[in-house]
Amino acid sequence: MVVKVEKIIPSKNITDTDEVISEEMDMKKKKYLRGEGANLKELKDKKLQGQLAVKEELYGKSATAAAKAEKWLMPTEGGYLEADGIEKTWRIKQDTIASEVDILSSRKQFDIVLPDFGPYTLEFTPSGRYMAAAGRKGHIAIVDMQNMKAIKELQVRETVRDVVFLHNELFFAAAQKKYPYIYNRDGTELHCLKEHGAVLKLQFLRNHFLLASINKFGQLRYQDVTTGQMVANIRTGLGRTDVMEVNPFNGVVAVGHSGGTVSMWKPTSAAPLVKMLCHPGPITALTFHPNGHLMATAGMERKIKIWDLRKFEVLQTLPGHSKALDFSQKGLLATATGSFVQVFGDLSGSQNYSRYMTHSVAKGYQVKKVTFRPYEDVLGIGHSMGWSSILIPGSGEPNFDSWVANPFETSKQRREKEVRSLLEKLPPESIMLDPTKIGSVRPERKKEKPTKEDIEAQMEAAIEAAKNIPMKKKTKGRSKPSKIAKKKQEAVEKAKKPFMEQHTNKRKLTEETHLPKSLERFVRKKTAA
Amino acid sequence: MRVKVISRSTDEFTRERSQDLQRVFRNFDPNLRPQEKAVEYVRALNAAKLEKIFARPFVGAMDGHIDAVSCMAKNPNHLKGIFSGSMDGDVRLWDLATRRTVRQFPGHQGAVRGLTVSTDGQILVSCGTDCTLRLWKVPVDTIMESDYGSDNSSQPLAVHVWKNAFWGVDHQWDGDLFATAGAQVDIWNHNRSQPVNSFEWGKDTVTSIRFNPGEPNLLATSASDRSISIYDLRLSTPARKVIMRTKTNSIAWNPMEPMNFTAANDDGSCYSYDVRKLNEAKCVHKDHVSSVMDIDYSPTGREFVTGSYDRSVRIFQYNGGHSREMYHTKRMQRVFCVKFSCDASYIISGSDDTNLRLWKAKASEQLGVILPREKKKHEYLEAVKNRYKHLSEIKRIIRHRHLPKPIYKATKQIREITDSERRKEERRKAHSAPGSIQNKPLRTRRIVKEVE
Repeated sequence: MVVKVEKIIPSKNITDTDEVISEEMDMKKKKYLRGEGANLKELKDKKLQGQLAVKEELYGKSATAAAKAEKWLMPTEGGYLEADGIEKTWRIKQDTIASEVDILSSRKQFDIVLPDFGPYTLEFTPSGRYMAAAGRKGHIAIVDMQNMKAIKELQVRETVRDVVFLHNELFFAAAQKKYPYIYNRDGTELHCLKEHGAVLKLQFLRNHFLLASINKFGQLRYQDVTTGQMVANIRTGLGRTDVMEVNPFNGVVAVGHSGGTVSMWKPTSAAPLVKMLCHPGPITALTFHPNGHLMATAGMERKIKIWDLRKFEVLQTLPGHSKALDFSQKGLLATATGSFVQVFGDLSGSQNYSRYMTHSVAKGYQVKKVTFRPYEDVLGIGHSMGWSSILIPGSGEPNFDSWVANPFETSKQRREKEVRSLLEKLPPESIMLDPTKIGSVRPERKKEKPTKEDIEAQMEAAIEAAKNIPMKKKTKGRSKPSKIAKKKQEAVEKAKKPFMEQHTNKRKLTEETHLPKSLERFVRKKTAA
Repeated sequence: MRVKVISRSTDEFTRERSQDLQRVFRNFDPNLRPQEKAVEYVRALNAAKLEKIFARPFVGAMDGHIDAVSCMAKNPNHLKGIFSGSMDGDVRLWDLATRRTVRQFPGHQGAVRGLTVSTDGQILVSCGTDCTLRLWKVPVDTIMESDYGSDNSSQPLAVHVWKNAFWGVDHQWDGDLFATAGAQVDIWNHNRSQPVNSFEWGKDTVTSIRFNPGEPNLLATSASDRSISIYDLRLSTPARKVIMRTKTNSIAWNPMEPMNFTAANDDGSCYSYDVRKLNEAKCVHKDHVSSVMDIDYSPTGREFVTGSYDRSVRIFQYNGGHSREMYHTKRMQRVFCVKFSCDASYIISGSDDTNLRLWKAKASEQLGVILPREKKKHEYLEAVKNRYKHLSEIKRIIRHRHLPKPIYKATKQIREITDSERRKEERRKAHSAPGSIQNKPLRTRRIVKEVE
C-alpha cells in the first residue's frame, strides 16, 4: 500500500505542472485567436459548414504554433516595478530607479532645459527611435533617441502648435501660425498646406497615409500625403478645439469638444460616427488604448474617465485634472497637470486602473504633453521649459517586430518598408468603427412584420386611450352629453383609422399573392416612383 | 524594491559585420498590427491585379505540319516529347523544350486519325482513314537531344491493313493491347496483324476510344449514334451504353478517380459521368459556344482541358460548372486536339491552322526556378486571394476574361436562348395541371436513355 501511495504522488505533481503549462498556453493562445470562432451549428449549408470547420481548426493550430513559438521568438521580458513590504510603487522616486537599473537605461532619464521656446510638444516615430519636439515659439528638433543626437534643429520663427511624423522619420508636418507645413529631415520646407488653414492639432493615419488636421474653425480635414488629394473636408460644427486623437485600432479620429462631447469621424461621411457626451464641461485631453477598446478622456471638472468603446460605457472615473493623457503599449495611462505627472496602471488585470507611479518635474514647469516611447519603458514629457524623459518600468512592449516597427532599422530597410507600405496603402473607406467587419458577409436582414394580434392589441390600446381623453367644459350647449358622446366616437374612429388602413393594404397585397401563377404576369406592376 | 526596465544593447540587435544578414525579430501580437483585415484585403486586391498583369499563357507555336493537326499523343515515359498527326498523313515527334520537330514518321496516305504510345514509351501506334495501322519504334532520348538534321525519318515496325477506316486508337495502360475505333471496336496485340478481339454494338461508326487508367480491361467509346459505351475486354459483349441528345466527340478518364470520365459533347458542354451510374451526369461543364472537339485530364485529376470548334481552349475544374481559364489567339483556328503535359504545367493544343501551340496551365505562373522566399510569397498571396475571393471587387478582377467578339456574341445569344427556353418552360408549367410537367435537371436533360 505504501508503495502505491508513493507512486501516485509524483504522477500527481506532473499533472499539476502540466495543467499550469496548458493554462499559460491557453492564455497566450487566446491572444492569437483574435476572438471567438464562428458558430457553425447555425449554418444550413453542410458543405460550407465542413469547409469552415477545417478553417477553424487551422486557425486554432496556427494560434497554438504562435503561442509555442513565443518562447523562442520573443526572448526579451517586459519591465516591472515591484514594491516590498509597506513601500508603495508611486512613492518610488526616479532617482532610486536610476540607481537600480543599468547604465544604458539610466541614461534615458534626462531633462532638456530650453526656456526660450517653451511649451514643447513631442512625437515619437512608431519604432520609438526618433523624436520630434516642437516648441510653441518656433523651435523644431528631430532627435535620434538611440544615440541622443539632434538630427536637425530649425527655427521657423512663428508659432508652432503641433508636430507629427509622416510615414517615416524623413518627413514631418508642423502646424504653424497660419498653415501646416511639411518638412523633410534636413529641415527643407516641402509643402505648405494652405487649404488646411490655421491648424491646432495634427494626426497622421499611418496605414492610410492620411494627414488629419483640425483647424481654428473646427474643420476636420483629411489629406492623402501620397497624392496630395484632399480626401475629406468636414465641418464638425462643434467649435474650436485642439483635442484630437486617432484610434490606432480602426483609424477613426476622435475630437473632444468644449461642450463635453467626443465625436468620432471617418473621412467618408460628413456626419460623426459617434457623438458621446463624456463630461459636463470642456474636454481637455483624450487618448486611446492601443487595442482600441479603451478610451480615456479628461474634463475640466477634474475627472478622468475611462470608457469601454465596445459598449460606450464608463468603466472607471478617476479624480484629478489632466492637461495631457497617453496610453502606453502595455496599457499604462499617463496623465499630467501642472508640473505633476501621474501614471495609472491596470495592475489587477481586471480593468481597474489605480495609481502606479508619480513624478513631479521642476516646480513651475507646465506640462503640455506626455507621450510614451514605443518599445521602451520611457515616458517623454514636454513642458514649458523644454522636455524631460523618465523611466516607467513595464510601459513598453519588450519585443519588437522587424517588419512592423524596427528601432534598429537601416536605411535600406526603411526604403524597402516605404515601398511595401505604399503598396499596402489602405483606401479611406476602410476606416470604420469595427474594422474586423471587412471581408465578412452581411447577415440577412429580415423585416419583422407585426402579427395580426399585435396590430389588434395596438388598436385596442389606441382606442382605450382615445376614450379616456378628458373633455373640456365648453360654453353652454356644447358640453351636452350627446355632443360629448359624439366627440368621443370621433376620437375613437380617428384612433382606429391608421390600423384599419394597414389592414386594407394588407388585403390588397394578399389578393395579388393569391393569384394563380399563370395570371401573375398580368398584374399591373407598381410604377417606379 | 525590485525593478527592471527594457534595455537593448545595439550589439545584440544589429549585425556584427557588414557581410552578415540583418537580424530579424518577430512578434505576432495582433495589437501591433492594427487593421489586419483591411491590409489583407488590399494585398488580395493587389495580388488579383498582379495576376491579371502577369497572365501571359502563350509560350509558343510549333509549325511544321502542312495540314490541320488532327490528333496528338504524349509519351508517358518522356516529358518533353509529343507526337502529332495531321490530316495529310504526316506524323511528327516534337521536342517541347526547343519547340522543333525531332522526327517524322512518313507513310500514311490519308488523314491520321489516331495516335497512341504504349505505357513503357517504346511503341507508337498510328492509324488513319487510309485503313492502315502502323506501329513505330519511338526513338530514344539520345537522338532527341543530339542532332536534328541527319536522319529524322523512321520506318514503321509493322503496317497492318484492315477492312475499314480508323477513327481512333488507344493503348492499354497496363499490358500490350491496344484498341482501335472505326466501324467496330477492334482489340489488337503488338505481335499480330489481325485484331485479337472485336466488339460491335449497332451499325454506327465509333469515333473515339479511351482505356481506363485504373482497370486495364475497361474502355469507353463514343459513337456517331450519339452514344457513349463502356466495354470490358473480359466479357464477350459490350457492357453499357448511354445515348445522349448530341454526339460525344471525345472522352477522358480522370486518372486519379478512374471510375469517373468526362465526355466532350457536340452541344458545347462537357459531361462528367460516374461509370457505375450512367443515368445522370455528375457535373455539367458549360462555357464553350461550339462543339467540344477534344478533352484531356491533368495528371493530378483536379482539372481538365478542352479544345473546341469555337477556336478556344478552356480549362475546367473537375467539379466546376464553368471554366477557370480560357485561351485564344487571333491566329488559332478550330482546335481539334488538346493535351495536358505529363507534369500538369503545360497545355498543348493542335488546331486547324496546322500549328501546335504550347500554353501554360496556370496563366500567370512564373516559370523557371523560384527562390524559397519568392515561393512563400506566392503561396501567401494565393491564400489571401482565396480568402477574399468572394468580395465583389476581387471576384470581378479574377473572373474577367477578354473574349473574342464572335465568342462573346455567341455566349450572349446562347444565354438569351436558354433564358427564353426557361421562361417558356415556366409558363408551360404554370398553365398545366400541377405535377403534369416535371422539371428535368440539367444533368439528365441531355440524356436520352441508358442501355444495358
